[in-house]
Amino acid sequence: MIESFTLSTGFGAWNAIFWVIAFAIAIIIGWLIWSRGEKTYDTSAGSTAPFLSGNAEPEKAAVHIRAGNLYWGYTEALSGYYRFIKPFHTGNLSDYFLAYLLVTALVLIVVVILK
Amino acid sequence: MDILLSNLPGLLIAIPLLGAFITPILSRAGDSIRTTWILIITTLTSLCGLLVASRVLESGPLVYAFGVDALSHVIPPDSGGIPIRIIFTIDPASAFMLIIASIVGFCITLYSISSMEKLSGKDGFYTLLLLLIAGVYGMIATGDLFNFFVFLEISSLAGAALVAYRIDKGVAAEAGLKYAALSTLGGMLFLVGIGLLYAQYNSLNMAVIADRMQLTSLDIIAFVLFFTALAMKCGAVPMHFWTPDSYAMAPSAITAFLVVSSQASLYALFRVCFTLYGGQINPLTVGWIIIILGVLSMFVGVTMAIPQKDVKRLMAYHAVSQTGYMLLGVGVGLAALSSTCLSQSVGMMALKGGLFHIMNHALYKGLLFLTAGVIMYRCGTRNLNQLGGLGHSMKWTMVFFMIGSLAIAGIPPFNGFASKLLIYESTFLFNPILAVIAMVVSILTLASFVKVFHSMFMGPVLPEYQDVKEAPMPMLIAMGILACLVVLFGLFPQQVVDMLVAPAASALVDYHGYISAVLGGA
Repeated sequence: MIESFTLSTGFGAWNAIFWVIAFAIAIIIGWLIWSRGEKTYDTSAGSTAPFLSGNAEPEKAAVHIRAGNLYWGYTEALSGYYRFIKPFHTGNLSDYFLAYLLVTALVLIVVVILK
Repeated sequence: MDILLSNLPGLLIAIPLLGAFITPILSRAGDSIRTTWILIITTLTSLCGLLVASRVLESGPLVYAFGVDALSHVIPPDSGGIPIRIIFTIDPASAFMLIIASIVGFCITLYSISSMEKLSGKDGFYTLLLLLIAGVYGMIATGDLFNFFVFLEISSLAGAALVAYRIDKGVAAEAGLKYAALSTLGGMLFLVGIGLLYAQYNSLNMAVIADRMQLTSLDIIAFVLFFTALAMKCGAVPMHFWTPDSYAMAPSAITAFLVVSSQASLYALFRVCFTLYGGQINPLTVGWIIIILGVLSMFVGVTMAIPQKDVKRLMAYHAVSQTGYMLLGVGVGLAALSSTCLSQSVGMMALKGGLFHIMNHALYKGLLFLTAGVIMYRCGTRNLNQLGGLGHSMKWTMVFFMIGSLAIAGIPPFNGFASKLLIYESTFLFNPILAVIAMVVSILTLASFVKVFHSMFMGPVLPEYQDVKEAPMPMLIAMGILACLVVLFGLFPQQVVDMLVAPAASALVDYHGYISAVLGGA
């Protein structure tokens, strides 16, 4: 039964059912660990509030990290690549035509030479 | 009933066309009448597509000629063996694409009922939407090159008008203009290619031309014109520049179907390479050209997506990147099938992976664009820098987005993983470097969607979105259908491969079968 759900790649196999079973077991183990935790812990007395070295907690909107602040390191590390690739994306329709016609010419040359 | 069943391929086009032209008239009777009409037409069209596909998958290729009552009249006795009528040739590869168009077509129409509710100009919108659907069905079903050009133009013009549907300070109009201008240039060059073949072979029928193909210099020029026009239409790098402009500005439901429209062009590209020029053009050369386009699309698409701040523009770049996977799979398939060093099974597996990814991509990318549409609908912005904390109020949308994101990143057990696994393994045997690039691109895709997920749904409730509600029910149902299919196709991939993908791959490779289905073994 389970074998009929195995994706055969010709060189290996993948069965999502086994993966789901393993995932479910991991969740059950996690839940069991969590359920054995301290049940009398009081969360109402500020014990779960962030401690910010005595500073007041900022507004909620101010602590959300916006998309523009994510992956700064990645884009900085690849700044050379982005300096190269971004100028091609001009938004100019003439450049779109040019790219299309250049590729057409290039493919024609390759296909004729290697036909 | 028999007449209806025997004319199903014709109805594929007739129903949405009829629906499109009657919509403006019915719109005068009120919104609810028009909504009911649109739902009936789309449901009938999708049912028709699924019925045709199931008949083809059960009993083999279907040849349907307009204007004749018997198949034996397809080729008139005095025509020199050339079919002169409009002919639809639907084999398992076309059936595969019909299933995709049927599912996504129904879901986006259902979604549009809510997403378009507050907007004006709905009669024009739905007319254009039905024309777009008819155009895509026609591109998939036709066996005639000139017909293909006509349907390509219908879908391009309707698509361009829909991209520009929301004027949005002229930006959408500019995006629509770019889409229309590039599509027109591509269409015209495609038409030149058709002319070159017609001048030599006296026919527009693909099976006849494939049967008589001599691979003259003019044939090669025609091939290149077809190839680049269709590669541009499917958004392959470096001809992808129109994709982020158009996908970002179109209403989200339309963007989801523009993905299917691009995939119909991709299907046509494969049809040209495998069927029209099957056995004639050098498969190794063409295969490697497709692979190079695929690798460029994968890498440039994903790296351009990561820094984007507009969620739909980001997803559009990912659409380019995912198209790269399909090109890579099918390119490796084409090259490996002609190779004497590799077994045929490597080529077939790569081909199946590429095709399976087309279906998976239509489902999860459609789902992702619909979730982006919900965000736009409720929050009024696509700017990721302005969003946050929506997971508190839009739990279902968040779950659907997670499913789509994990699928596109190739995380098990979702459908994207299954097709990518086929591509990775077969590509690794063909050329390990290509497989490594494909895996790195998947990691970058995951990184990009982690950013989007965090930016939109995580964090505290922002004051400006305190009153934001969950998406309306029709939008949730449309997204729910796609999400269920993404999960099901991931859990039971072998069934999908056996029933839909393998017959499509075999049909593409077997160009003799396509020719004999039309010409009767002539």
